[in-house]
Amino acid sequence: MNWTFFHKLGSPKWFYDLSVKLQPWFLFLGVFLLLIGTVWGLAFAPEDYQQGNSFRIIYIHVPTAILAQSCYMMMAASAFVGLVWKMKIADMFIVAAAPIGAAFTFLALFTGAVWGKPTWGTWWVWDARLTSMLVLLFLYFGLMALRGAFEDTDMAAKASAILVLVGVVNIPIIKYSVEWWNTLHQPATFTLTEKPAMPPEMWLPLLIMVIGIYAFFTSVLFSRMRNEILIRERRTKWVRGIVLEEDQS
Amino acid sequence: MFPLGVSPDPSFLSTAAAGVVWVAALLATMLSLDRMFKSDFDDGSLEQLVLCQQPLYLLVLAKIFVHWSLTGIPLILLSPVLATMMNLNSEHIPILMITLFLGTPVISLIGGIGAALTVSLRTGGVLVSLIVLPLTIPVLIFGTGTIQASVEGLPLGGYLAIMGVILGLSLMLSPFASAAALKMSVSS
Repeated sequence: MNWTFFHKLGSPKWFYDLSVKLQPWFLFLGVFLLLIGTVWGLAFAPEDYQQGNSFRIIYIHVPTAILAQSCYMMMAASAFVGLVWKMKIADMFIVAAAPIGAAFTFLALFTGAVWGKPTWGTWWVWDARLTSMLVLLFLYFGLMALRGAFEDTDMAAKASAILVLVGVVNIPIIKYSVEWWNTLHQPATFTLTEKPAMPPEMWLPLLIMVIGIYAFFTSVLFSRMRNEILIRERRTKWVRGIVLEEDQS
Repeated sequence: MFPLGVSPDPSFLSTAAAGVVWVAALLATMLSLDRMFKSDFDDGSLEQLVLCQQPLYLLVLAKIFVHWSLTGIPLILLSPVLATMMNLNSEHIPILMITLFLGTPVISLIGGIGAALTVSLRTGGVLVSLIVLPLTIPVLIFGTGTIQASVEGLPLGGYLAIMGVILGLSLMLSPFASAAALKMSVSS
């Protein structure tokens, strides 16, 4: 097998060029799918026979919650790559992804609270799933604070990679919290192996929302990473070339 | 302070006792975390430890054990007094001591990671708590859960087993993270 693509992935310049090409597509796909999913989910999907219209918040709650967790797993994978192979781009990914992940975790908690009010009768309970999501939010905050405290980029990279890997213990706790403890939060809506319990008119818009939010995440991530690459590689020739081109045009 | 702040009602105190003692243990350990590696870092002996032929894993484990024996053990020994003041029934006090015995080393071990990550920073204090507190929530939940189960007369075996697992796992894994963080900290 040809492994050169792996080396290329680690090169900031190559990644920069790739993300310039791909980012508009992801942005277009994300906005397009999110629009379809939102309109379909909020206006056309059938009402839930028990919860009425309030269940529609699932179309925002579930995609953000899925992304909040998988964003952390991606960060953990890249922290491992960064520690083992010392790739510069891995740390740039962590820097770029952490605030987005924190924002999605907050959104998931917020929409969950808004959903909890009409269905459970309370904004917040100290349920296992809710508590572990709150812990995830604090992990993101702790990571961002730790990053900000270091002046040296290499040290900050190592410290945050270690912290990300330590925090991974929380992810299985979130995932299985609804199965280990019988608490208020319902079990997972989607699994890869089984058919969803909802009719297709209900879960199709949800699936579209999930894919759309991943595409949106990728496009935001790409622009944040490009920014990070430009700042860190500002001394290299190719970055200077780009900046000079912009100046002239 | 807690009975004065909330309510001195004995029946309320006895239900809250386990949680209060546990949170006190957590915060007391948190206060002393800052200094776990700080003085060694300042006078340069931390660099000697990293350069030492002994595996850093064991040295870190020894540092953490010393930290625990200076913060955790006094707390365990004091906990009967605290629990009596909080009106916890005397038959549950041994259970409280066992959970503290299993749980406070975990707090020191996880705290060691936070202390090692921030040792080279000038303003570490708040940061350590922000990093460490979320990770100690499982210990807190099971520690107080055990005593709650004991008060309600439920079997304790499962709870104690989970606390033992948490202790075993953090004993094996957390010194690796602390050692890596210390190497990073002295590299500047």
